[in-house]
Amino acid sequence: MSSITELMPFVVLIPLIAGPVCALLPGRGLPWLLATLAMTTAFILSAMVLAAVFDGATLSYAFGNWAPPVGIEYRVDAANAFVALLITGVSAILLPWGKPLVDDEVPERQGSFYALVLIALAGLLGITLTGDVFNVFVFLEISSLATYGLIAHGRDRRALIAAFRYLIMGTVGATFLLIGIAVLYILTGSLNMVDIAERLPTAEGARALQVGLGFIVVGLAIKLALFPLHHWLPNAYTYAPSLISALIAATATKVALYVMLRFIFDVFGAAYSFAALPLAAALMALAIGSMFAGSWLAIMQSNLKRMLAYSSVAQVGYMVLGVSLTTLAGLSAAFLHLFNHGLMKAALFASAGLVAYRCGGLGMNDLRGIGRQMPWTLTAFALAGVSLVGLPPTAGFISKWYLLSAAVAADQLWLVGLILITSLMALIYIARVVEIAWMQPRPEGAPAVQEAHWTLLAPVWVLVAANFWFGIDTRLTVGGATRAAQALAGGVWP
Amino acid sequence: MRDNAILVVVARFLIPLVMLFGLYVQFHGEYSPGGGFQAGVLFASAWILFVFIYGLETALRVIPQRLIYALASLGVLLYALIGVLGVVLGGHFLDFYPLLDAPKAAQQTGIILVEFGVGVTVAAVVMLIFLLFARRRADTVAAGLDPDAADDVRVDAE
Repeated sequence: MSSITELMPFVVLIPLIAGPVCALLPGRGLPWLLATLAMTTAFILSAMVLAAVFDGATLSYAFGNWAPPVGIEYRVDAANAFVALLITGVSAILLPWGKPLVDDEVPERQGSFYALVLIALAGLLGITLTGDVFNVFVFLEISSLATYGLIAHGRDRRALIAAFRYLIMGTVGATFLLIGIAVLYILTGSLNMVDIAERLPTAEGARALQVGLGFIVVGLAIKLALFPLHHWLPNAYTYAPSLISALIAATATKVALYVMLRFIFDVFGAAYSFAALPLAAALMALAIGSMFAGSWLAIMQSNLKRMLAYSSVAQVGYMVLGVSLTTLAGLSAAFLHLFNHGLMKAALFASAGLVAYRCGGLGMNDLRGIGRQMPWTLTAFALAGVSLVGLPPTAGFISKWYLLSAAVAADQLWLVGLILITSLMALIYIARVVEIAWMQPRPEGAPAVQEAHWTLLAPVWVLVAANFWFGIDTRLTVGGATRAAQALAGGVWP
Repeated sequence: MRDNAILVVVARFLIPLVMLFGLYVQFHGEYSPGGGFQAGVLFASAWILFVFIYGLETALRVIPQRLIYALASLGVLLYALIGVLGVVLGGHFLDFYPLLDAPKAAQQTGIILVEFGVGVTVAAVVMLIFLLFARRRADTVAAGLDPDAADDVRVDAE
């Protein structure tokens, strides 16, 4: 118990320290090897941390031995350990997968490329584990700045504009968050989350506190790509290198959602947040907007990665919808979908990355008839798509099921219809790709495409298998999500 | 600008002074206003003044570009090393008390070392930012293009 507390900050520190070492390493093999080893170690550590906090314990680590609230504290309960496990797990699987694709897309200076990958991941993990609101802002900037750089590495020149656009939107979001944190600091004189929560009751009448909450929620909604603040996301995901698309699609928006929930529940307190602002109604409206706009725009796209990016906007909607039900069951469903969606999007972007690697383009025309030439890749895509649509026995079904039962339990029967309609829309855009890839003939004169090597396919299939595994054995996912919700809103919400 | 006597004399006088002041801010940071970040920027500004007067190639003969890249990482690693040293010696990350027996001296040592890492990285990164812009301009001029219209030209060339 105590030794795991000492090890816990190394989930963040290992990638953070490995980053600058990576930047010094020459060639193509060593930086990749170090990045993979670092993330695998972080994965093992975060699994140990989750095991230690699964029963409701809280780990607290004081940096520099400066006792909180003066010093910076890392504070881990089931909620952030669960998110950290997703980030490290997905990156430990995707990094071995991404090596040949990175060799292809980023041929030069891979040391600094992998250094940026590690620093971006360390930033996301830092946001997740820290118990200090200013530390949240610093790590948000660390991960965002690294991500802008990574997106700009895309081979298409439009990657630069996508990265710049994300930079502008991301900076606006981070500034909003910082304004909110400043308000909290002015009102309470503290930056430690637990300490702020203890001191806030004296400031609850203040209009400034309402404004601060508003700034923080909107700032993080930009990072979360909640409709209508999602405009940076499709281009960023589309033009980034394949490895980066898969990594950030599976992790970045999830961390933004987690930290928004941490602010709403732990810092401001659920009772205050949902009374001071019409949060439940606003989040529900925006969530439904996300679900429909994201799914509709996904159907309209003619580029595979772009389609998946818009689908991410829709999926974020489901998570926020779970939160907006203001019940413990809804919040659990949100955490459950956060984890499961990370798995499915990683699998989908990874198989799309293989198609781009072998076939060159990702337009729907490039995909015609590709299913027969790359059967393993496209089967993986279709199976991960089944999970995205939410058919049994997949992880996607489990999260939809819990979301539906939470909606029913909250007496919001009309939401059931909306969830089913948007799931059908997901079926349309996934089925369209499957139809084009398998049913349509390869265009005349198109060069033959080879199936990807099994070393590339194996990690994708591990992700697909995880989607089915967590559709059947839900002890980790449902158990983790329930405990995460319990850690945040236990005792406040029914 | 090497031919302008006034500039050369003033720069020759100023550059060492600015660097010395940078080092002063660096090593007094733990008990007076200052620290690694400010010191790094000051030090880099002296370097930039040197580049203005003597040209980029001369400056890179003193500190090659690869070394600047390496220094940017090494500064962070010094910081991390001191942090991890606290863990190895039985404390927490960035815990300076285990470094020495006397608590005050231990804090002072830890802060100076960590801030030195910050200073090295900040100086190297500011130099790199300047260097990359200067290189880009030099490349454009070398290619026979107007550097102030370079962006339009480059996009068209793709």
